[in-house]
Amino acid sequence: MAGSGKAHLRNSDDVLIKVENLVVEFPAGRGRVVHAVSDISFDVLAGETLGLVGESGCGKSTTGRAIMQLPSPTSGSVTFDGVEMTKLGGEELRRMRTRMQMIFQDPVSSLNPRRKVKDIVAEGLSIWGSKVGTFSADRVNETLEAVGLDPEIVSDRKPHQFSGGQCQRICIARALVLDPKVIICDEPVSALDVSVQAQILNLLEDMKARYGLTLVFIAHDLAVVKNVSDRVIVMYLGKMCEVAPPDALYERPAHPYTKILIDSIPEPDPLKADHTQAVIGEIPSPISPPSGCRFRTRCPNVQDVCATEEPVLREIGAGHYVACHFPNEAPVRINA
Amino acid sequence: MSTPGASGMPLLQVENLSTAFRTSRGILRAVDEVSFTLEKGETLGIVGESGSGKSVLVRSIMNILPRTALIPPQTKVILEGKDTRLLSRAEAKHFWGTQIAMVFQDPMTSLNPVKKIGTQITDPLRFHLGMSKSAARARAIELLDLVRIPEPARRLNQYPHELSGGMRQRVIIAIALSCNPKLLVADEPTTALDVTVQKQILDLLENLQRDLNMAMILITHDLGVVAGRADRIAVMYAGRMVETADTKALFRNMRHPYAEALLKSIPRLENPSHTRLDAISGRPPDMVRPPAGCRFASRCRYAQDRCVAELPELTTAGDPDHRFACFFPVGTPEGERALAANLAAGQTATGLDLHAQAVS
Ligand SMILES: Nc1ncnc2c1ncn2[C@@H]1O[C@H](COP(=O)(O)OP(=O)(O)OP(=O)(O)O)[C@@H](O)[C@H]1O
Ligand SMILES: Nc1ncnc2c1ncn2[C@@H]1O[C@H](COP(=O)(O)OP(=O)(O)O)[C@@H](O)[C@H]1O
Ligand code: SF4
Ligand code: SF4
Ligand SMILES: [Mg+2]
Ligand SMILES: [Mg+2]
Repeated sequence: MAGSGKAHLRNSDDVLIKVENLVVEFPAGRGRVVHAVSDISFDVLAGETLGLVGESGCGKSTTGRAIMQLPSPTSGSVTFDGVEMTKLGGEELRRMRTRMQMIFQDPVSSLNPRRKVKDIVAEGLSIWGSKVGTFSADRVNETLEAVGLDPEIVSDRKPHQFSGGQCQRICIARALVLDPKVIICDEPVSALDVSVQAQILNLLEDMKARYGLTLVFIAHDLAVVKNVSDRVIVMYLGKMCEVAPPDALYERPAHPYTKILIDSIPEPDPLKADHTQAVIGEIPSPISPPSGCRFRTRCPNVQDVCATEEPVLREIGAGHYVACHFPNEAPVRINA
Repeated sequence: MSTPGASGMPLLQVENLSTAFRTSRGILRAVDEVSFTLEKGETLGIVGESGSGKSVLVRSIMNILPRTALIPPQTKVILEGKDTRLLSRAEAKHFWGTQIAMVFQDPMTSLNPVKKIGTQITDPLRFHLGMSKSAARARAIELLDLVRIPEPARRLNQYPHELSGGMRQRVIIAIALSCNPKLLVADEPTTALDVTVQKQILDLLENLQRDLNMAMILITHDLGVVAGRADRIAVMYAGRMVETADTKALFRNMRHPYAEALLKSIPRLENPSHTRLDAISGRPPDMVRPPAGCRFASRCRYAQDRCVAELPELTTAGDPDHRFACFFPVGTPEGERALAANLAAGQTATGLDLHAQAVS
């Protein structure tokens, strides 16, 4: 069976999230189907930050949401702390979800403009029936302080009085207040200036250490993903291209697409101004993805076999896996 | 790199440009006394964080500000020797369409969602250049081809929502180029796009600019975006230009602490993962009540008492083309001493804590 493979799954007691053969499809009218995520598998260890990187439309958000069962996947399995999430319903699912929180790309629009900051942050607490009153007020203040906001100043204000970076801090506080195990961060800094982006990335690293969090960090910029991740998955059109520790991924990118992602990042030093080639063309439609390797229509290394045989993830270095028939600097050649 | 035209006259001269807005809280000084010149074919990168006045600056140049905007009479915008502030509104409309064109940040909102791509490209051709319907159509196909859109003839009948973000930005660039402008202003043309698409669009702009010998103003909040592409860079902070120089000179001898901080806050691929980023703590000042002294003082690691009391003006040191507004410039003995004193004290003259800068 052609799939994206499972060679990279880890056999460890520390596996907190395990996703196997995840498929997410959406109806696209006239009987057609959007193949948003097509048979991907991965795991996340407790305390780890898993980075998901790839261009717009490759299925990063869909994958993140599928972990939360928002919506639950077309097929495949998602286990969280050993519990099969796809089989849960109603109340049980809602309880599990509080242990996983999500923050999004657009911090301003994900906050209710009519509510005060303290109420926004306390939202989850009151829904989950903690004793309202001093306990929750203390918890809210403590969390606001943790994300670098002064409760005295911000508590009674409304979101429009804050900058994008401050709104993202409020979103992070709202997620943290429930004491989650996992936070899924879906492009949390893509809408922010570089200077504010650095503040938020540092904050996420601090919060992870302070609260022992496990993070799934989604972005399209590999430099950003590399900065916070322990393991990175490169995605393309609903499939996985490469899985590796971030430093190895940068030093020895094996998949041609990973190389392109690296070359696309602007070089902030004119003295070594880059004149690398940009990726050719556009990402194909997920309604009718290319046969074989989905990257073949834009790949500089493409050969005939790429149209007929889907490459499967295989190990090429310590913790380093690639799904490609003709990777860069490949030590071994595939034989299907 | 470009040279002054044969006449020795720069393409664009901006002198003392200031723009303020009347708001309910008082006068907001969005741009304050900015001056620069742009030669034919030259690329100027304008860099600064959100709210620093980049968009208001170029909108002031193009005269497309809302009515609440106030521009003092000493502000001059001279295009090829002509003082554009003296043009009537009607004159201005044709003038801008043909001399200067603009590409905005959000490719969705700058296209009309209910009009076909073809009409959106041919309208300005017919309005500004008086082309016939069929000539405009032929030119539209040529323009889409110029911005490397595949199957241009078919695209004319499509609507914006049928195109990806990158394709839409190409269409907007095609429209901007339709009247052969001498200057293209690109206001964060790639901020809403992926890194891969960003690279495609920036490469495209660079090639077009060279082939068509246009001047370009490229606005961004990311110094990395302009590093390899602009001839000159101007860094803005809180409405003021704080440093400007030839790109290589700027990176080689960066003088302004804000420019330095902006560069350091970029995550670098070559650094190991979990490298702590040098974030700039705090946020920019309220432009309705800007501080009396240096506007960067509350966030500056070099700040001394003088910075709180006095507003630094642009000055030069050695290279007359490299100007910066700072009393204790980076890489100078004064700057080094100021930073060393602050580090020893653990804080700056504004009370910025240099030990606990992480979260704030
Ligand atoms: N129409 C307006 N009325 C009042 N204030 C305005 C108006 N337009 C802009 N401003 C203010 O002027 C300042 C500069 O804004 P500007 O849009 O030029 O920033 P920018 O550098 O382009 O930021 P960004 O990177 O977010 O696009 C800001 O404080 C902004 O709030
Ligand atoms: N609710 C939905 N209905 C239809 N198509 C969807 C839906 N959500 C996502 N998609 C499609 O699935 C693909 C992956 O989307 P997404 O996960 O949002 O990508 P990314 O987050 O990587 O940009 C895209 O082609 C997108 O248009
Ligand atoms: S070489 Fe073939 S398998 Fe590898 S990425 Fe290119 S098209 Fe895919
Ligand atoms: S050293 Fe002083 S003048 Fe220079 S940027 Fe810092 S605060 Fe401003
Ligand atoms: Mg997404
Ligand atoms: Mg702007």
